Amino acid sequence: MEAYEILANPKNLKRRKIINIVMLTLSVVSGLVAIIPLIYILFYTTAAGISSLNLDFFTQLPKPVGEPGGGIANAIVGSVEIVGLGSAFGIPIGLMSGIYVSEFSKSFFANIVKFVTDVLSGIPSIIIGIFAYGVIVLQTKHFSALAGGFALGILMIPTVTRITEEMLKLVPISLREASLALGISRWKTTLKIVLRTASGGIITGMLLAIARAAGETAPLLFTSFGNSFWSESIDSPTASLPVQIFNYAISPYAEWHQKAWAGAFVLIALVFIISLIVRLITKNKFSQSV
Amino acid sequence: MANEFLNNINEFNLKEKYLSTNPEDSENPVFIKSEEYVNKDAAVQEKSSHEKSAIAVSTTNLSVWFNDKPGIENVNINIKKDSVTAIIGPSGCGKSTFLRALNFMHDLTPNAVVTGEINILGKDITEYNSIDIRKKVGMVFQKPNPFPTMSIYDNVISGLKLNWGHKKGLYDEIVETSLVQSGLWNEVKDRLKISAYSLSGGQQQRLCIARTLAVKPEIILMDEPTSALDPISTAGIEASIHDLKKIYTFIIVTHNMQQAARVSDFTAYFYLGKLIEHSKTSTVFTKPKEKLTEEYITGKFG
Amino acid sequence: MKKSTGNNSENLKVIKSKNHISDIFFEKTTLFFAFLIICIVFWIIYEMFIDSAPSRDAFGWGFIFSQDWEPVKEQFGALTFIYGTVVSSIIALAIALPVSLGIAIFLSELAPQIIKTTLSFLIEILAAIPSIVFGFWGIFVLAPFMRNTAQPFLESTLGFLPFFTGTKIGFGLLTSGIILAIMIIPIISAISRDVLKTIPQAQREAAYALGATRWEAIKMALLNAKSGILGATVLGLGRAVGETMAVTMVIGNRAQIKISWFEPAYSMASVIANEFAEASGKIHLSSLIEVGLVLFAVTFVINSLARFLIYSTTKKLTVK
Ligand SMILES: Nc1ncnc2c1ncn2[C@@H]1O[C@H](COP(=O)(O)OP(=O)(O)OP(=O)(O)O)[C@@H](O)[C@H]1O
Ligand SMILES: [Mg+2]
Repeated sequence: MEAYEILANPKNLKRRKIINIVMLTLSVVSGLVAIIPLIYILFYTTAAGISSLNLDFFTQLPKPVGEPGGGIANAIVGSVEIVGLGSAFGIPIGLMSGIYVSEFSKSFFANIVKFVTDVLSGIPSIIIGIFAYGVIVLQTKHFSALAGGFALGILMIPTVTRITEEMLKLVPISLREASLALGISRWKTTLKIVLRTASGGIITGMLLAIARAAGETAPLLFTSFGNSFWSESIDSPTASLPVQIFNYAISPYAEWHQKAWAGAFVLIALVFIISLIVRLITKNKFSQSV
Repeated sequence: MANEFLNNINEFNLKEKYLSTNPEDSENPVFIKSEEYVNKDAAVQEKSSHEKSAIAVSTTNLSVWFNDKPGIENVNINIKKDSVTAIIGPSGCGKSTFLRALNFMHDLTPNAVVTGEINILGKDITEYNSIDIRKKVGMVFQKPNPFPTMSIYDNVISGLKLNWGHKKGLYDEIVETSLVQSGLWNEVKDRLKISAYSLSGGQQQRLCIARTLAVKPEIILMDEPTSALDPISTAGIEASIHDLKKIYTFIIVTHNMQQAARVSDFTAYFYLGKLIEHSKTSTVFTKPKEKLTEEYITGKFG
Repeated sequence: MKKSTGNNSENLKVIKSKNHISDIFFEKTTLFFAFLIICIVFWIIYEMFIDSAPSRDAFGWGFIFSQDWEPVKEQFGALTFIYGTVVSSIIALAIALPVSLGIAIFLSELAPQIIKTTLSFLIEILAAIPSIVFGFWGIFVLAPFMRNTAQPFLESTLGFLPFFTGTKIGFGLLTSGIILAIMIIPIISAISRDVLKTIPQAQREAAYALGATRWEAIKMALLNAKSGILGATVLGLGRAVGETMAVTMVIGNRAQIKISWFEPAYSMASVIANEFAEASGKIHLSSLIEVGLVLFAVTFVINSLARFLIYSTTKKLTVK
């Protein structure tokens, strides 16, 4: 109601008009300001990264300082491994909880689950790293891809849960009723009708979660750690793309910086492509349902 | 023309279904398409004829409470088998609420409580689980709601595919039968594999009816099935109902008096959550016992 | 099913549907997974508590107020890190809030559809870029820029303020604040835009009808959405506080409390990232975990507040 008082004063029309223009301009300008760093980062990374990208980068092991060539094949494979482990752990939990929260949401417990999921998504990733360290590394007495995957999996849970819940809630009740009225059981209705109808959006959510996990560095620093060679198993220290980028970036060697830029470019390209796919999927979904 | 066609086709299919109860007809080979399918029907039919009651649905003091406010109150009604019963009444009087009580659809409403007794096909409703009851008591909704991810074909067999694990070989035949019964076959027989969403609203609704028929329920609940449709689609659906009522019990909610008069054998009038009157449609529309009913039918309100 | 408690339906026979055994099993299965999430969160809290016990026993509450961080002498206190985290996050908010508001207004009120979708997409990408890339970019682009251009400029114009004086090395509180701002702008602007969208169009039309300018109508919408926007801001703050890699790479990593924003500092997350893998002893490790516990507590409070604020506005508005 105080808002209307602003209008109660018709004087200074000219001043108000000037303010109007200034504020609107500022708002447009801030939109531009926000894109500048984005464009800058995208172009800089692309320019710096693409020049050091070659086949060796994807197929060779790192070379020691001073030796030219080499790649970070082990880090790429390691990332795939760790993110794969994380997905195998985090996606089922996230998906099933999302189903619970959406389909059985009348229960009080569902609200608790929602709240706790929010809490989990707010926990800084470095703390998840500490947790995985305490639970796995300390017990097994060594760093491992397993510990890294565990940490990434936990980080993925809230995203997957939330997206699953939101996407399932978009499916109209009438479809559930239609299915149940045919004598189809609740669980088949959920899995074969509701989940399938929402699958585009849910897959999108998973991709986003995977993309984000692939770029996570902090929780891997002291879980999967790093490795200059191929790791022997998921139970041993494993190189990963982001940790490798970090180690190279803070090193004093220009050639390592080059490798780091190339790595950063790969990560950004991954994010970009996944976001694009996501856009396309959600767009299709909307045009289909309208 | 469409209706004529419908009638012919439906006769054809009705015989097929009758066949199961009348073994003497079975020498006619045209109608024996698959033993298993027929036998299942036979079992169903036999069981219910065994119980030998002409009553499909009977309720005693049926009430449904939403947050302790009644949506319907103490409804006592006996609905005859193999007939069409129309439920009429002003908006909000509890027609949908009554209908949804008959196959546990209120399960989906978190704050709904159903009290009283419901007897379905001679058995208390609590003797069924929620899946069994819905196989016996099918439902068609106001807005067509085909499954968007499925083709026309898959929509029709969805109830079977996701439930009983019928032999795949029977699907073609069931799809055809059901679509013929719902009067959609001619329009879609060449494009069964396309998405159900590419059909028109009226076609979608008939698809939903076909989907319900494919499960072979005994009672079919319809909640304003034609209110979103054009007159031609409506006529098609009414024709289907007319032909199918020999083998199915229909309970239809409608806001359209003419429709009630056209398709139903019995009419129940609800007002403010109570069942006011229930008798032969001709009686209700010509000399209603209750004043309230008369007022509604003559358009004094509602 | 809810058991009826009311007046009328009390003594009546309630018809309860029997669920099929497979459905009950399905519900319990999903419930099990949902319950796992709760277990994990409690497990995390439990671990942090247990593992930080040696440090908590040794230093008590003094841990939070002490500036000493000397692994060799086994003396540990978190104040410098808390300072670094708090100041860099505040700088980030001060920059991000106006810009994000501008974007939110632009996106929800002004932009034509095509620009809206493009800009939203770009901001989405900005949100998805890994923080390691921001940090890396910070080292090689932002820090030199700060050192050579921005800091000399700030000192010559705003040098009378103690924040903008001192050695210009490019790595420090201000640089990490700027990086953090870039990183939280997507969150704040996206949520603010969503909150603004929930304000009914009719309110704006009413304002126009009273002769308001466009900005005045927007301002009214902003006032109505203020607690939701505040919530978005607080959520952004939560992100900034917990951000690790980007800050680690540009904050300078020196455990000191200096008034100047040009000076290197250290944040809670950074010290964990840098020292954890090589922690020299049990008490060192345990102190790092206690830093983590403090960080957890801070982000928990911040996030709960944010959720509450956002929830209360959007709820109030959608009910209307
Ligand atoms: N989920 C619900 N929660 C609370 N009240 C409800 C709910 N569903 C129905 N009601 C109430 O129960 C009463 C009967 O509703 P119902 O939907 O059965 O009416 P109807 O006769 O089908 O009306 P219409 O012709 O408009 O479809 C109404 O007063 C309605 O407000
Ligand atoms: Mg209704």
